[in-house]
Amino acid sequence: MTTSTQTPAGPTGARPLPRATRLAARHVALTVLLLAAAVALSVLLGAIDLGWRRVLAEVVAQLTGGTSPLSEREAAILWQLRVPRVVLAALVGAALAGSGAAYQGVFRNPLADPYLLGAAAGAGLAATLVMVAAPGAGHGALGPVPLAAFVGAVGGVALSWALGRSAGNGTATLVLAGVAVSAFLTAVQTFVQQLRSETLREVYTWMLGGLGTTGWDEVLVVLPYLAVAAVVLCLSGRLLDLLGLGDEEAGALGVRPAVVRVVVLAAASLATAAAVAVSGLIGFVGIVVPHLVRLTTAASYRVVLPLSLLGGAGFLVLADTVARTVLAPAELPVGVVTAFAGAPFFALVLRRARGRAR
Amino acid sequence: MTGSEGAPALQLRGVSAGYRGRWVVRDVDVTVPCGAWVAVIGPNGAGKSTLLKAAAGLVDHTGEVLLAGRPLGAMGRAARARAVGYAPQTPELPEGITVTDYVLFGRTPHLGPLARESRADLEIVADALARLDLADLAHRPLRTLSGGERQRAVLARALAQRADLLLLDEPTTGLDIGHAQALLDLVDELRRADGTTVVSTLHDLTLAAQYADELVLVDRGAVVAAGPPVEVLTADLLAARYSARVTILTTPDGTPVVAPVR
Repeated sequence: MTTSTQTPAGPTGARPLPRATRLAARHVALTVLLLAAAVALSVLLGAIDLGWRRVLAEVVAQLTGGTSPLSEREAAILWQLRVPRVVLAALVGAALAGSGAAYQGVFRNPLADPYLLGAAAGAGLAATLVMVAAPGAGHGALGPVPLAAFVGAVGGVALSWALGRSAGNGTATLVLAGVAVSAFLTAVQTFVQQLRSETLREVYTWMLGGLGTTGWDEVLVVLPYLAVAAVVLCLSGRLLDLLGLGDEEAGALGVRPAVVRVVVLAAASLATAAAVAVSGLIGFVGIVVPHLVRLTTAASYRVVLPLSLLGGAGFLVLADTVARTVLAPAELPVGVVTAFAGAPFFALVLRRARGRAR
Repeated sequence: MTGSEGAPALQLRGVSAGYRGRWVVRDVDVTVPCGAWVAVIGPNGAGKSTLLKAAAGLVDHTGEVLLAGRPLGAMGRAARARAVGYAPQTPELPEGITVTDYVLFGRTPHLGPLARESRADLEIVADALARLDLADLAHRPLRTLSGGERQRAVLARALAQRADLLLLDEPTTGLDIGHAQALLDLVDELRRADGTTVVSTLHDLTLAAQYADELVLVDRGAVVAAGPPVEVLTADLLAARYSARVTILTTPDGTPVVAPVR
């Protein structure tokens, strides 16, 4: 039998090529599907039932220029309240989860989260100062509170960076600097907050995080930072994997670990600052989502970063849907939901993955 | 090929290396001809690893390091990484990374910072895996490999780098004598097939004598002897430098064997 069409293999001829870990289309498709389902659910659920057929007809009408089945008030609820909030939740979730994954890569530590370098403490202090100095000052997207939070978050990270650099070169020094800066800024924040107890509730509500919007302004605040961060992070997957070899070996392969760290941290921190500015402090997303991705797909940052961005969006949209529906008309802080629902689910996945590995 | 014709693969001229102001290695001269295997030996803390790192441009240094006649300082990072493959004594093994991904890291200096690997890169990886008998383990997580398999994976990564000069820091660390021999046999085969130059530090003096063409004995940051194994491995020299009581035996083919005596 000489029907084989295979030519004699040279040293590298017909050998099947090994598979490098890359982002798989099915993983992207599945995550996008989850995100789409979360968005659809969130848009349809609310104090007023718009009916899924009518919402669908409205979307079709908007796309084709036909007549809408919704009243003007209903259309406003849909386009000025629900959709912007859902989009904001998606953007904030993507920013926090993507930044969390990036921080974990840079620090080579699974417990790193986007608030590690003082973004949360800086934002908290700056926002508290504004709320105390001018009670009832605007929380709107372009108002003084979000602006202060953004500046505070960037300032906190910059302070940690400067302190870390002055003390040494390693990432461990940077983490310790972040801990010191966070503790100090939080202490000042608590002091200021206690000094003016009449603003306690306002400050506390902001701290717990929330995705209440005033239309599309918040979305426009977050979008540019997230867009830049998403591009930077998706392109840095291979370089972050290389950081896992340690600085010396990465350097021997021609990589500049310090440059990779600065670029990735800057992109992730700006996205985090923008997220904190419009939504306060939402914990857990930045740690849980990247780990869910890791446990269900692969450890390579080429996979973890893009899927965390998408998965974080879906996760926070779902969490926010729960936050504004379970106690309706009251709202739960979304951070409570992310931790309450996320932690047990995470534990479940962790157990299953460990069981498989054995 | 870069560099001038006939230039040695590696030349250190008056090199001091380590940390600025506190050199571990001082004023060292070493010449490694193309295609040779030179083993750097010496007692603990003598500066063997630092010498290797100086050749890879991984530590501060003064003096001249020439790679195939080209000064190391004038080469860009990527160009240097294409010329020199370096395998550290205790390589970091990132969690969750597969053997294929790990070996693919060796292609880094050949890729742009943001580029993806091409089919040609994967073919080179496949070739390296096959030559080190790792093809069946290609998709296993690196950390699930045995000690011998890990050292082979590290070597495969250096091989995928396709550098003309290979610097191996204690490649047999943690391997029993059989696995150590198998690994050194592999290095020898590879360098003969590809004409690669090898510089390695080796703890085991007898193995060093058997595999290397030349030995460089380092003590307290200085080269104290260099040449063929029979010239360097003398009982007096080893007694002076290692504070060791040894006797030198000789195999039928004339290779020295270092035997400790009590």
